Formats: sequence, structure tokens, C-alpha cells
Amino acid sequence: MTVNQISIFLENKYGKLCESLSLLAKENIRIIAATVADTSEYGILRIIVSEPQKAYKILKSNNVSANLTEVNAIVTHSAAGSFTETLSHFTKAGLSIEYMYCFSINGKAILILKTNNKDITREVIRRQNLEYICESDLSKL
Amino acid sequence: MEYWQKDIETLNRESLEKLQLERLKKTVELAGYSPYYSKLFKESGLSADSIHSLNDLKKFPFTTKDDLRNNYPFGLVAIPLKDCVRIHSSSGTTGNPTVVLHSAKDLDQWANQVARCMYMVGIRNTDVFQNTSGYGMFTGGLGFQYGAEKLGALTVPAAAGNTKRQIKFIRDFGTTSLHIIPSYATHLAEVMYDMGIDPHKDTKLRIACIGAEPHSEEQRQRIQELLGIKAYNCFGMSEMNGPGVAFECQEQNGLHIWEDYVIPEIINPDTLQPVEEGEVGELVLTTINREAMPLIRYRTHDLTCFIPGACPCGRTHRRLARFKGRCDDMIILKGVNLFPIQIEKILMQFKELSSNYLITLETVNDNDEMLIEVELSDLFTDDYGILQRLAKDITRQLKDELLLTPHLKLVAKGSLPVQEGKAVRVKDLRKLS
Repeated sequence: MTVNQISIFLENKYGKLCESLSLLAKENIRIIAATVADTSEYGILRIIVSEPQKAYKILKSNNVSANLTEVNAIVTHSAAGSFTETLSHFTKAGLSIEYMYCFSINGKAILILKTNNKDITREVIRRQNLEYICESDLSKL
Repeated sequence: MEYWQKDIETLNRESLEKLQLERLKKTVELAGYSPYYSKLFKESGLSADSIHSLNDLKKFPFTTKDDLRNNYPFGLVAIPLKDCVRIHSSSGTTGNPTVVLHSAKDLDQWANQVARCMYMVGIRNTDVFQNTSGYGMFTGGLGFQYGAEKLGALTVPAAAGNTKRQIKFIRDFGTTSLHIIPSYATHLAEVMYDMGIDPHKDTKLRIACIGAEPHSEEQRQRIQELLGIKAYNCFGMSEMNGPGVAFECQEQNGLHIWEDYVIPEIINPDTLQPVEEGEVGELVLTTINREAMPLIRYRTHDLTCFIPGACPCGRTHRRLARFKGRCDDMIILKGVNLFPIQIEKILMQFKELSSNYLITLETVNDNDEMLIEVELSDLFTDDYGILQRLAKDITRQLKDELLLTPHLKLVAKGSLPVQEGKAVRVKDLRKLS
């Protein structure tokens, strides 16, 4: 029920971001979504890519500080109110959302969520019958 | 010319050396009561009887900082502990610090030594003296405090930091003289100017004793210009009491080292032999006016040379040139001594970090700062809150160990230059000529 997100440690040095991403471009790995969490000294780039396992291997073999994290990718609709409704399922179950970001693709809105409890999250998805993306779907996006 | 103690300060060399020999014999005899030296004397056959001339001092082996560490805490104490009244200790919680113990007489002699230095640079009992050194275990605090009180000056034990408060005291109390480290002196001046205060017109400052860290002639001139004062170089170390070991006179050309308190030698740090006349080498000191913890041929790791010839001030105690630096890896930052190994020991405790790190010392806005860049071993989390907390935790432990707060920066694995051979861990970008 989860997908693997790749996080990359980026020093606040000019060009570091492009360096890491061009390694993936060379191997035809597509970036589906990206966000950066930053402080004044470094940033953490979080990306959803078409082939996470392959991307991770490439980055590691090029000595990039990278990490794989399981996150949930929930499909919502772009209609107004749909986003709030989806989120409320999780918060009503008492979950903390550590971070989230969204992107839209093929007319659908995808919500990437990291919560504080994997098991409860899985329960919520099942009980509410939420549509989600799993890892094998990524390369088709 | 006015002297605190004219007789001893201008004593002719022959009489001075006779006094040194007398005191040296007593010192060696006394040292034999400490566990460390008694063992050493027993094993080597040395004793006070081995000394017939000052030259015989060379028969004795050197004492090093490691000897002090390895015999922590009381291995070098020569009198009963109940007769000691103070301990001063260096920083360090992971290894053994170095400690020095003092009897009441030692403290009185030290206070006299400092008073003599302060008097020499023109401070009088009519002066208001503000001490911006850290107190507690830092010998610059209590050392100057007792010396200034013996001199009779009105003391302001401001201790370190809180620049606005320092300035308030200087203005409100009419401070005329300061003990201050050179890097802080320029910072203090800048803050005054920012506040619209002209030290020349708006304060009564006239004299500063600057020391605890190496600094250039240019820095001294700058301090004098900025604050409108005379600034005198002072040298000391806790192993030799603290401040007061050597001090500039009003000639500002070399630091007189008090030869009734210590016997100075200058050696080549590699061959351990005495250097040629006027050559730079490592200063070695033997205490001859201390009873609780005498030290024989203590290697200071500070580099300097004797300035030949008589000083116009009339004092017969020899002069040392401005200190050139260290011959070990000790860092002096904001007047605080620390070793890279202390930093390394703390960093190595964190498995999130790799073994590659770099310490950079630089002057930022007139303040000396330490930046420690350390590589993450791997990105073990995607949560930067965790990384922030890690950085905070490491910084706090470093602060507890070093007694100052470095700026810590987590960097990506492989981003620091790879070291071939012996790793160079410290880059000193501060301007010293």
C-alpha cells in the first residue's frame, strides 16, 4: 500500500541539486513529484520517481547520501473539497501527518503522505476504500 | 621609572642567578615529596644534590602535559592536601584534564606576580580595573582578580560576555584599565562605535592587558587605536599559576619573564637540545617559587625566543619575543585552550557520523569562530527535524567538553576533501602575521 520515496541530502552549495537529478535523467528515470525541505545549511530533497529501487541504487553507487522511505500515495479528485475530505479520514483516526505534498497527473490529484503510524494508516485506507498508488504503478504514470 | 619591587626587578644578573640556584635546589627537594617526582628521582638517581649550578638543570628530564594528565589528579602535589587551598583545572570531560594545586603562600606569591605586572604597565591603586576573563576554573579570572586587589585597584569582576553590560560598567564605573583577549577587544570597540560611543572621548580607558591567545603587532596597534589606550601583551599558563608569567613593560618590546618565579629555557622541540642564542624554539619552564605543585622543566609547547640585550626600563629579567604559535596541535580560540582530539572523541560517539571532519577557525565580524563540518555516514532519515536534533545534541556535548560553543554543520558524505596520509583536521584562517 506504500510507495518508496527517495530523499537526498543536499548541501546548500550551488549545483548540488542538478548534479543528483542528472544522474537519474541519464538512466531515463522520470521524476513524478518533488519537494524540498530546507534549513539555512542544507535541504532534503524528496522525490517520487518512476523506478525507486533502480534510482536508489544509481544514487548510492555515485556516493550520493540517499534514503528510501515508505510513504502513502492516495488518489483524490480535483473537485473542490475532495482534498479536505481525504485528509480528514486520517486525522479523525488520530494520525499525525509528518509531511505531505501533492501533484496532479492525468486529471487526478495524488496526495503523498507520511504519517506517524503505518498500521493505522493502512486500516484507514482499507476501511474508507481509498484509491492509492502502489510501487508497480509508478512506472506507468 | 617606578617599580612594584625595585630590588628584585632590577637585581643584577649574578645575584639573580644565585637566587635562582638557591630556589632551584629547594624546589627539587620539595618536588621529591610528590608521588610522580619521587618515583622519577628514585629511578634516575637524581635529587637536589645533583644540582651545583643552573646548568645541572639539564640533567633532569622534561615534564609534559601528558605527565600531568597521567597523574591526575594529585600525582604531582608535593605538600599535604590539607595545606592546599585551591585547584584550577583545564577543560575536558572525556579525557583527563590537567590540574594545578596551590597553597595559601602560592596564591599570595601569584597575586604579587600579577600586581608587579600591572604596576609595570602603569596601573595604580587609583585605577578602576575591569576583568573580562571568564572566572571559575579559568586562571585569567581569579589570577587577575587577586593581583589587582593586591595592587589596590578598584576591581570590576565583570567576567566574560554581555558586551552591552561591559560597556555600561566602563562608562558608569569609570573603568581605566582592562584585562581582555585581543579578539574581544576589537569586538568591544566595534559595539561601542555602533552605539555611538567614542572610547577616546566617552570613556576613561587608558590601559589594557591583552593575552591568552597569540596575536600580531598589527592587532595590538589596532586595539590601541580603536580604544584610545595602550595595550600590553601578557603571557601565562595555568601550569605556571596563570597570568603574570611574562609581561611587556612600557617599552612594548618583548615580555619580561620573571626569573625569580621561573627558570626559562628554550629548546628545539625535535632534538630537545637548547637552541642557539636568539633562535626560536619551545619555551620550557621550571617553577622556583611554588610549593604545592613544583614543576621541573615543563614543556609549554609555546614557541618564542629570548630578546638579547638590556631593556631600557632597567629590569634585568630577560625578555621573550612575541609568541609565534604552538608546536603541538592545541588550538587557542577566544582565549580558551582545546585540542582537536577532544572534538574527535565526541564526534566518534555518534554512529550517524562518518569519521571525516574538518575544523575551520576564522574571524567573522571581528569575532573568532570555530566551524566544525562533519560528514553524515549515510542519510539514515528523511526527516530533517531528526537531523536538526542530532546537530543540536552534538553541539551541546561539544560545548560541555570544550567550554565554548562551535558552529556545527552536517555535510554530505564525501563532500570534505579526502585526506592522504596524516589527516589535517584544522584550518586556521584567522589573520596573524
